[in-house]
Amino acid sequence: MPSLQRAVAPMTNAQNPITLFKLTTGGFALILLLILTLGTVIAVGTATTFERGLTPSDWAAIRFTLIQAITSATLSILIAVPTARALARRKFRGRQIMVSLLGAPFILPAIVAVLGIVSIWGRSGLISDGLKSIGAEPLNIYGFTGVVLAHVFFNLPLATRLILQGWLAIPSEHFRLCAQLGLSTSELNRQLERPMLRSTIPGAFLLIFLLCITSFAVALALGGGPKATTVELAIYQALRFDFDLSKAAILAMIQFYLCTVTALITLRFARPTDFALGLDHPPRRWDGTERHTRIFDATLLTAVAFFLFAPLISVILRGLPPLMSLPHQVWPALLNSLTIAIPAALIATTLATALAALITALPKRTATFVESIGFLALAASPFVIGTGLFILINPYFDPFKLALPITVAVNATMSLPFALRIILPALTRAQQNYGRLGASLGMTGFTLFRLAIWPRIKRSLGFATGLSAALSMGDLGVIALFAPPDFATLPLTMYRLMAAYKMDAAAGTALLLVATSLALFWAFDRGGRLDHHIR
Amino acid sequence: MKNLILATGLALTATLATAQDKPVLTVYTYDSFITDWGPGPQVEKAFEATCECDLQLVGAGDGAALLSRVQLEGARTDADIVLGLDTNITARARATGLFAPLSPKPSGLDVPVDWADDTFAPYDWGYFAFVYDNTKLKNVPGSFQELIEADDSLKIVIQDPRSSTPGLGLLMWIKAAYPNKADQIWEALAPRILTVTKGWSEAYGMFLEGEADMVLSYTTSPAYHLIAEDDNTKSAASFSEGHYMQIEVAGKLKTTDQPELADAFLAFMTSDSFQSIIPTTNWMYPAKFPAEGLPAGFETLITPVDSLIVSDTDADKIRDEALAEWLTALSK
Repeated sequence: MPSLQRAVAPMTNAQNPITLFKLTTGGFALILLLILTLGTVIAVGTATTFERGLTPSDWAAIRFTLIQAITSATLSILIAVPTARALARRKFRGRQIMVSLLGAPFILPAIVAVLGIVSIWGRSGLISDGLKSIGAEPLNIYGFTGVVLAHVFFNLPLATRLILQGWLAIPSEHFRLCAQLGLSTSELNRQLERPMLRSTIPGAFLLIFLLCITSFAVALALGGGPKATTVELAIYQALRFDFDLSKAAILAMIQFYLCTVTALITLRFARPTDFALGLDHPPRRWDGTERHTRIFDATLLTAVAFFLFAPLISVILRGLPPLMSLPHQVWPALLNSLTIAIPAALIATTLATALAALITALPKRTATFVESIGFLALAASPFVIGTGLFILINPYFDPFKLALPITVAVNATMSLPFALRIILPALTRAQQNYGRLGASLGMTGFTLFRLAIWPRIKRSLGFATGLSAALSMGDLGVIALFAPPDFATLPLTMYRLMAAYKMDAAAGTALLLVATSLALFWAFDRGGRLDHHIR
Repeated sequence: MKNLILATGLALTATLATAQDKPVLTVYTYDSFITDWGPGPQVEKAFEATCECDLQLVGAGDGAALLSRVQLEGARTDADIVLGLDTNITARARATGLFAPLSPKPSGLDVPVDWADDTFAPYDWGYFAFVYDNTKLKNVPGSFQELIEADDSLKIVIQDPRSSTPGLGLLMWIKAAYPNKADQIWEALAPRILTVTKGWSEAYGMFLEGEADMVLSYTTSPAYHLIAEDDNTKSAASFSEGHYMQIEVAGKLKTTDQPELADAFLAFMTSDSFQSIIPTTNWMYPAKFPAEGLPAGFETLITPVDSLIVSDTDADKIRDEALAEWLTALSK
């Protein structure tokens, strides 16, 4: 059935020229990204002279980082593909809620996630208690297993959401046609799903790989000891323990190198789909009705739901009792977090859209390169960004007075890779499908955008904004370095409560943080609407 | 959106710009010192009552990060005083040349070691210790040796010396107790260590959740549970090798534009009004016991048989070696 999947022609951009507007807006996003990533590394690296080179333990850290990141990303994707497929082709009560809650593990602060995971999988966790009651040995996850378990917990939901977006982007007419032609589930898989996966998986893999690379507190706590040292910890050590700025800069460059190489390799595998145009009908699926696929989907969704939501429920149960008696300091902190998260999310989405518009207008090779740069912010160490910005700003301004705008800008930039990953495929599809039609009708510029592009990317924009807002809410990031005396965000308040032995109040604050982040996510994402309707 | 950011930025600047008429003393300290649950707010009130000045306590990172911060700012820094370094780092701090000598030197201190430092003055101190739940753990180890020989199921959680003050403290503790065989002790301890965390909060949280039997903390930790939560189930294990000390100090920066005020603050630091705030906010021993003595509850804490500490110059020298031994022993 070659008509469904036409040979991919080299992308011509006659209908999608680079305009001055795209160049300036996309260029602005790109420059901001480069300043915060490479710029801050250079600032840190040139602040001191070179002292020490890399030690064997640094190389061990690089090796461990790579191995755990590849394993975690691969495993996340392997589970996410059938999970997303099951969510795409099944209708059941609670599906909407499940999709919405998929955002939750991802936005948990590291320390909360660790305690949540431990409450289920730890020595004194739910499963160990069960094992002990039947006389078996308790689980011991500490080590490589624990690191991968935690990273899959964090990233499986994100991978599932990203891949699910791809499934929902397949026009429902294609499924109807497959049904009319009497294609089996596996034939449909070959004709529709595999090409879609090929366009979606590389980007999702890359995103998770990079998230795992910069992991530090989680990897260490569940890794059982210094064997689980990541590059990020080595950077922290260089900055804080040894005050060896040049070494921190070298390690940060290694992270960027890993990021860029992985980005260039994985993005080469990505092939854009070329599905024919649909009429935006709601999906109806005729495939996957075989008994064994139904059983498989049900078992898988149950297992994934337990894996993701059991630690989450434990976080909720732990946080509910103190929620009623939270210290008064959390409320201004909540307001501060919202003041940062909402503008940061809107800026991130705007910048990502500008960057995506520029990328779709560029020739393929340049586009891949620019897209790779878009991922750099993920490989950037927050400690290096913070220190670098400090070095850059301090001679001219009081960093405390700029705390708020700096935090908004940094959070927006840190969310940009996610927003770009979500918006770029949608925009590419909209351009390919409607760009020509629009051009032939003489539509240009804003009219084309408003009538043809906007309705097709707005769902992705909502998802991107929601995710960015949730990410900014939970981010401790640079505010810890720049926070003026009387200014605290919700995550900062949570950590301060913990440091003051107030673990209960901290658990309540964590719940408030998760609930607010989810509410923000839900509000922008409009409950993760799954329908194909665009209006 | 831009306007919103600009407006908020301006509002923030305006708030910070008030109260400019009085001389301002800026003290860089760690984050938990300045929170509402820390000593900060009470200290600020008490000191401002003694001076016609504005005391600004600024959270600028923990332990080593605090020093990195003033190193980064160098001569441009607004800080007059840095409060919150400890003796593991004072040698390096002195070597930066950023700190001015003390005048006058503090006297009559209740720190269990002789205080000869002429750059930094102590404000509180404590002993590192392994804390446990006395309703759950029965055969409490009384030394590192007993901890090593304890039942296989006994697990401890510690902090990474590269990112945490107690973590570094344990490194020095074992080095001070076993100068020539610290590496062997670590290797033998490895099976007892459930995991290593980035900071104190993660480790203590995991302990409270019941994940580990003992956690590296302070001998004063049970005082918090007793005094603030009326909970006497937490105890610190007394180790026969002695306990390593953490002494927290403050120093005056050479670049200060308020040298007299800075000296006044450092003197105030060992006064009764400052020292009486410390025990139940920072949960450490005051450097000079206040006239009314320690709060009720502190008498229940263990008193180590021996106070271990490595001089600050030695601490700086053996730090890298001790870290290398730790990494090697626990990476096997």
